[in-house]
Amino acid sequence: MDLSVHLPNLLGAAATSLLICSLSLLMAASLSFGAGVALFAGPAWLRAIAFAYVEIFRGTSLLVQLFWLYFALPLLGISLPPFLTGVLALGLNTGAYGAEVVRGALRSVSQQQHEAARALNFTRNQTLWRIVLPQSLVEMLPSFSSLAVQNLKDTSLVSMITIADLTFKAQEIRNLTQDTVAVYGTALLIYFAMAMSIVALMRILETRVARSTGRLS
Amino acid sequence: MSASIEFNQLHKRYGAHPVLRDFDLKVQAGETVTLIGPSGSGKSTVLRILMTLEPFQEGCLTLDGISYHQPHGKPPFFASDVHLHKVRAKVGMVFQSFNLFPHMTVLRNLVEAPTAVLGLSRDEAEGRAVELLHMVGLSDKAKAYPGQLSGGQQQRVAIARALAMRPQVLLFDEPTSALDPELVGEVLSVIRSLAHEHDLTMLMVTHEMRFAREISDRVCFFEGGRIVEQGKPDQIFNAPEQERTKRFLSSVLNG
Repeated sequence: MDLSVHLPNLLGAAATSLLICSLSLLMAASLSFGAGVALFAGPAWLRAIAFAYVEIFRGTSLLVQLFWLYFALPLLGISLPPFLTGVLALGLNTGAYGAEVVRGALRSVSQQQHEAARALNFTRNQTLWRIVLPQSLVEMLPSFSSLAVQNLKDTSLVSMITIADLTFKAQEIRNLTQDTVAVYGTALLIYFAMAMSIVALMRILETRVARSTGRLS
Repeated sequence: MSASIEFNQLHKRYGAHPVLRDFDLKVQAGETVTLIGPSGSGKSTVLRILMTLEPFQEGCLTLDGISYHQPHGKPPFFASDVHLHKVRAKVGMVFQSFNLFPHMTVLRNLVEAPTAVLGLSRDEAEGRAVELLHMVGLSDKAKAYPGQLSGGQQQRVAIARALAMRPQVLLFDEPTSALDPELVGEVLSVIRSLAHEHDLTMLMVTHEMRFAREISDRVCFFEGGRIVEQGKPDQIFNAPEQERTKRFLSSVLNG
């Protein structure tokens, strides 16, 4: 069987995977910072909300979250298109893990930095945004890189809710051609190439941030 | 402009452990006062309370007539952040471990607070920062990051950073204790010029006895959360009256 006929199909589906990955990562990044900062410095009521969000999404299965949003939510009267459901579930899930990364990195900034900021009469908010957060950014990026790769691989679950992503397409072509080894092998390679691109991008970002914050000269 | 400080019967505890007991201290505006004594005697705590880094449990503290308690507030609680903001505007602190912001250049370390807190324009803040860097002899390091500087240079930047906020009271918490011996001199000479040139109230905790003797208007010997003896440097170092002061001085000066 000649796989090259199906390669454009697979690559097109990979683009869908990458799109879902990118959009869900954007959402995850906002949620990570929002919930992470809330956990670190928010008022008690906001901390409680952030805590509930993080623990619920870290403590339950992504696949079941996906099914819940796709199959259960319509029964409660809210029906979302599959694509949006996929982005939402992945974004919420990765955001929960990201929030813990942000909180941990914020906490890792030494107490002495807080004291120096207080001695210069910065307000709490100024201390957070000008002193603590910029320093913690470098600490976050390696973990964000792993989370982004994890997120990419998790996009394969959206094939379960009828989205024609790379995994979905690979199954379809395998059923058609019965060439299991080549089709799934190719899918693996494409995932790997995308993951490596994410890692490389994050490395560049890490170097940039390190340089602009005095970690590298 | 400088400000006076008054501790009145202040108590400070960590849990059940008392750090300061019935603590009284008055510092006149423009005075340079050095706190000496064994470690763990509560010297640094005095500075940390003044900088609002630590609360205290009983007693009064006023700076330039402003109380560290909320006006009409109930002691023994520390006042609100809004109230303490006014107190902090008058006080600056230089830390043992410098505590520069590592993610900012030297210039930015000096400009950030004056623009964000005092509301100076960037140009004005940078002009002042350049002057201060010149004063501490680090004009060529404006674009460097703290990690690229020696300890002595970092501490000089930290002094400039504190001065950029135009404090009336400047606190030095063992400013040379974290430095290699050959770097102590450059930091002391900056502090010395401040004591001479600026109309600042200075409070310093130090183990540099010769330096304390040289620049202080008054030296306070601390032990067990109290001032055991205080006076002019010559009196404390040449003719201490208390047995404990004598013992401490002979151990640090001859040891």
